Amino acid sequence: MTRLLIRGGRILDPASGRDEFGDLLVEDGRIAAVGPGLDAREAEVLDAEGAWVAPGFVDLHTHLREPGQEYKEDIGSGGRSAVAGGFTAIACMANTHPVNDDPAMTDFIIDRAEHDSPARVYPIAAATKGLEGRVMTEMIALVAAGAVAFSDDGKTIMNGGVMRRVLEYSNLVGVPVVVHCEDLTLVGDGVVNEGPASTRLGLPGNPAIAEDLHVARDVMLAELTGAYLHVAHVSTAGGIDAIRRARERGVNITAEVTPHHLTLTDEETLGYDTNTKVAPPLRSKADMLACRAALVDGTLDAVATDHAPHAQYEKDQEFSEAPPGMIGFETAAPVVLDLVRTGEITPLELMRRMSTNPARILGKPGGNLAEGQPADIVVFDPERSWVYDAAKGYSKSQNSPWDGRTMTGRAVATIVGGRLVYHVDRGVLVP
Amino acid sequence: MIGRDLLGIEDLEREDIERILETANHMREIGEREVKKVPTLRGRTVVNLFFEASTRTRVSFEIAGKRLSADVINFSPAHSSLKKSESILDTARTLDAMDPDVVIVRHAVAGVPKRIADVLDAPVINAGDGAHEHPTQALLDLLTVQQEKGRIDGLTVTIVGDIVHSRVARSNIYGFRKMGAEVRVVAPPPMIPAAVETLGVKAFTSMREALDGADVVMALRIQNERLAGSYFPSIREYAATFGLDRAKLQFAKDDVIVMHPGPVNRGVELSHDLADHRPSVILDQVRNGVAIRMAVLYLFSGRRKAGRSERIQGSS
Repeated sequence: MTRLLIRGGRILDPASGRDEFGDLLVEDGRIAAVGPGLDAREAEVLDAEGAWVAPGFVDLHTHLREPGQEYKEDIGSGGRSAVAGGFTAIACMANTHPVNDDPAMTDFIIDRAEHDSPARVYPIAAATKGLEGRVMTEMIALVAAGAVAFSDDGKTIMNGGVMRRVLEYSNLVGVPVVVHCEDLTLVGDGVVNEGPASTRLGLPGNPAIAEDLHVARDVMLAELTGAYLHVAHVSTAGGIDAIRRARERGVNITAEVTPHHLTLTDEETLGYDTNTKVAPPLRSKADMLACRAALVDGTLDAVATDHAPHAQYEKDQEFSEAPPGMIGFETAAPVVLDLVRTGEITPLELMRRMSTNPARILGKPGGNLAEGQPADIVVFDPERSWVYDAAKGYSKSQNSPWDGRTMTGRAVATIVGGRLVYHVDRGVLVP
Repeated sequence: MIGRDLLGIEDLEREDIERILETANHMREIGEREVKKVPTLRGRTVVNLFFEASTRTRVSFEIAGKRLSADVINFSPAHSSLKKSESILDTARTLDAMDPDVVIVRHAVAGVPKRIADVLDAPVINAGDGAHEHPTQALLDLLTVQQEKGRIDGLTVTIVGDIVHSRVARSNIYGFRKMGAEVRVVAPPPMIPAAVETLGVKAFTSMREALDGADVVMALRIQNERLAGSYFPSIREYAATFGLDRAKLQFAKDDVIVMHPGPVNRGVELSHDLADHRPSVILDQVRNGVAIRMAVLYLFSGRRKAGRSERIQGSS
């Protein structure tokens, strides 16, 4: 019997609402006890004084690039980067090469993750074959193989008829259809948010209305079909408004927001740094404030990184040519901690949006420190100050706008299934 | 005071602009001599790095460099091969290793001169990047207006046409605003950029209102035939509504001047008659372009960053 005692931390368990100082005992991969002054006999002890002890973070939206683009990332490096950021489970998008649109590919990802990744990996399968927006995938077989959701992500399904049938059919499997909402005809060549920034930069603008309109379409199709819709990386006040009103009508939708859309605006793009190029783009301050308010009030359920690694030489291209996306595992928690520092959200509620809610959306365990639950835990020091050096991170890529910035708050230990897989002083410990 | 690179008018102070215009006035005199050459930049290497084809601007920089006795090298990487082989930054680094004294960059995508300047030791002069800036064009326009009107402060300048895609418009907006002029823009609504008022200009859709009391009217080139049908219905309707002719100029001041960055689409932005005769001053603009570029090469060349060897030692 292996025992691990996490001693003296602030226990934050959103599932039960517990927020109190105490110990947490792990036995044989599961949470055995939570409370003050637990018996540490025969247990390895992890000191958590001054830190939060919370359910491990769960990321709904990541790109692990394997198979096909292992020069950017692979399942192992992505998983190591995830646990270094306090994530214990991550869902990976289907835009690999080949695309994850076939049960054999889902099998491969799960198998590879078991060997290579210290974090749990949940594959999201393509909604249409080849992400082409035409022929739907074999959802029943894919779910049987382990797919947790369906999404064409960056390749928006523009054809409303196809989208309607994908949603209708998904009722057979009952897992979320995750949508990247951008009306591509309104996006046009747009690469930065349309507004003062695009006008100053002289780069084609990507207007907020492109997202607003597409969110509105998809929530209406969800309402029509009764399917479970999950809206990825919401970035506009208009999109939030459409989600909020649909939820009031009882439509079955959830939504996520990224750390960057919660804390950065289109002003970040003014230096033409391609690490600030992301889809959807960094928006106006008003949009950013709407995202923060919606995360706090629950309209947006979860924080998701949209971790999107790209090689330096790809980001060294012209702004219009550089691929969109930024890496996010190791910076996500310190970045969103800003909402705690400003008093917008309590630590417990932030942890809910980092763990409990995303686990619920995926239909997976996690986000819960009750006795008997799998011991997926993060020990997070909210005061620890450090300088983020992307080159020293675990991702194979370094495309982050926070590279070189001083961060406050850091995962000090990450435990997956009762195993200490990361400690800030010792690095990633397995595999 | 003037920085190392000339990436845009947005970065300049009024005093910087005045200094460049003053220097250009001296340079203009050199062009009027029988022997149009001075030894000022002898032994200096000027590289025209043009990723986007442009005969007029390249030739203007080339003449400017040669009048100052610099060695002018034209380098136009074929864009197609570039995409496959080398990133723009690699191209720039390769070039920088040959120790040029100034690199003039033109690219179809906004921001490329800035990215290149970030990695280069040599100073960079932006010769036009996408719809961002074309600072030497704005400077030559300012010089032309200053000559014609004796001042810039207090004038009303109206820019007509494809504002959204125009680097000339942006640079001129910054330049004329910094020099104290009022700037208006007028165009079919799809060609007015989002939040254009944040640049300090007033947007119009009526030529009559936009030209009312104008001292200077600047027509922009319709860059691309594909714009017809998407940004406005047809060339015919554009020319009838936004094309400048003597009838529309009646709304402006009696002594209005007409400018165009060239090349002119005759009968579209300007009537045939206006393209060739006053009050248009198009050839004066071209002439002033050489003087401005001489001034800019003189003021900016040789302002290299710390040398390469120094940087390598410093970063170890």
